[in-house]
Amino acid sequence: MRLDDRDDIYQDHVLAHYEEPFHRGHCPRATHAHEDDNPLCGDRVRIELEVDDAGQVQSAYFDGQGCCISQAAASMLCERCEGCHIDELRKFTAPEMLKLFGAPLTPNRQKCCLLGWRVIQSALFSPLAASSESASEQASA
Amino acid sequence: MNALRSAAAAPLLDPLALRADFPILQPGASPGPELVFLDNGASTQRPRQVLDAMTRVYEHSYANVHRGIHRLSEECTELYEQARGRVQRFVNAAEREEIIFTRGTTESLNLVARSWGEVNLRPGDEILLTLLEHHANIVPWQQAAARTGAVIRWVPLTDDGRLDLAKFSELLGPRTRLVAVAAISNVLGTVNPLVEIARQTHAAGALLAVDAAQSVPHMLTDVQELGADFLACSGHKMLGPTGIGVLYARRALLEAMPPFLGGGSMIRRVTLEGFEPAELPSKFEAGTPPIVEAIGLGAAIEYLERVGLAAIHAHELRLTQEAHALLGQIEGLRILGPAPEHKGGIVSFVVDGLHPHDAAQLLDRDGIAVRAGHHCAMPLHQHLGIPASTRASFYLYNTLDEVARLAASIAAARARFKRR
Ligand SMILES: Cc1ncc(COP(=O)(O)O)c(C=O)c1O
Repeated sequence: MRLDDRDDIYQDHVLAHYEEPFHRGHCPRATHAHEDDNPLCGDRVRIELEVDDAGQVQSAYFDGQGCCISQAAASMLCERCEGCHIDELRKFTAPEMLKLFGAPLTPNRQKCCLLGWRVIQSALFSPLAASSESASEQASA
Repeated sequence: MNALRSAAAAPLLDPLALRADFPILQPGASPGPELVFLDNGASTQRPRQVLDAMTRVYEHSYANVHRGIHRLSEECTELYEQARGRVQRFVNAAEREEIIFTRGTTESLNLVARSWGEVNLRPGDEILLTLLEHHANIVPWQQAAARTGAVIRWVPLTDDGRLDLAKFSELLGPRTRLVAVAAISNVLGTVNPLVEIARQTHAAGALLAVDAAQSVPHMLTDVQELGADFLACSGHKMLGPTGIGVLYARRALLEAMPPFLGGGSMIRRVTLEGFEPAELPSKFEAGTPPIVEAIGLGAAIEYLERVGLAAIHAHELRLTQEAHALLGQIEGLRILGPAPEHKGGIVSFVVDGLHPHDAAQLLDRDGIAVRAGHHCAMPLHQHLGIPASTRASFYLYNTLDEVARLAASIAAARARFKRR
């Protein structure tokens, strides 16, 4: 294993997010949530957000299972989006997500990285209304 | 145990000598570290003999088949039909017309499910599949069931990943029309007891369709001894080109089945009112077939016969035993499927804390090509309770040294993820 590869996708910050993720678990006062998987590899990510009345993301949590890339990317994304306005997040593009991830990814692994990004884009449009139960069930269906 | 004994008795094969025939396995042929190609279950590499045979056709003999009254067309037709004859002898079919060229196992199985299925399946009829099938031997039957009202029943597995034969016998019944089963699981590597399955299937008055994609390339196949009614395989998994596959079926079945695809070549006559299908095997070969690919498959079979299927099988069993021995020492690694004596050259595994994608990516850094994912067997992975696995699959050009490199690389990958 050549640890010194400059193009290593398992850079320290990636492994750090994988091993000690930012906010893995449930968002206590979630207002938005979505969950999806990547059927090709079985990676799964759920993201829960607490968005205040001003549209500001107060906290962001993720949960799921999958490869290092999918889970670390979701962790980075949650960290990145706390404090952001949802309008800003809606404009956050896939290339920006890949840039945030930092390590270079082949097209196949970009799908892993973008799973969390895809989920958060849907979460932003998935407010947990009064029927928060059915919303989360739907999301995991 | 039988397999072990025959491994000891079988003639030896020298993988290093064979490697010289494979351009892509030569140092420097592809960028990056020296290639350790352990993704043969997905598709194998091709020896120069196959590449040359195909180039020769394109450069000297190519024209469409069964059509032109000119020298090249006659010559190409002759080569195409010779390839059919080679396949016939390779799987020991009784007649040349029982060999249908398709684009691959997937198309072969779809042909059976469509053509045989739609005229023979009635509401409530049962199709027996097993939990270890590839999607290619699941989805066409689900489609046939949806169209005809037939019902699919699933043969479960034992804890060590073999077919539960007791349950199979219980599931076989008067409503069973067809049993469709893989000869070798493309994930677990399990070699299924087809002779016994065929015996029971026929005793129940049903037909047997064999997905032989993973067996025909690796061990002797005798459709008559086996008692297979249908058997499907792919050229690209046996040193041949992509885009060519085989369906074997007994003549009586093929005669009674309606054509699958319609078009040129598969007709005797077309009028404004309709068409009359052609004789076998053209009846099932609509359109211009994969001509050069069929000839390439013939060359691949010639190569395999020269090496010897018994030697290939014994060699792969040796590699599987070594993989079990070495990978088994890695803490947190679990090998899927049964003990080596029940397996072909396929070793899939999962490692605690190391996702299959990450494992495959780290192996790739060391030049080792394996497959990670569900390997087109989602129901099996669901049954195993895992989303994905990593698979090493061997062929005649793989070496014990490559197995050792696989194990060392996995151990290093695991250490790298565990250290943190
Ligand atoms: C057991 C099995 N069945 C069917 C297939 C499908 O073969 P093909 O993709 O060549 O049609 C494969 C290969 O992926 C296989 O391993």
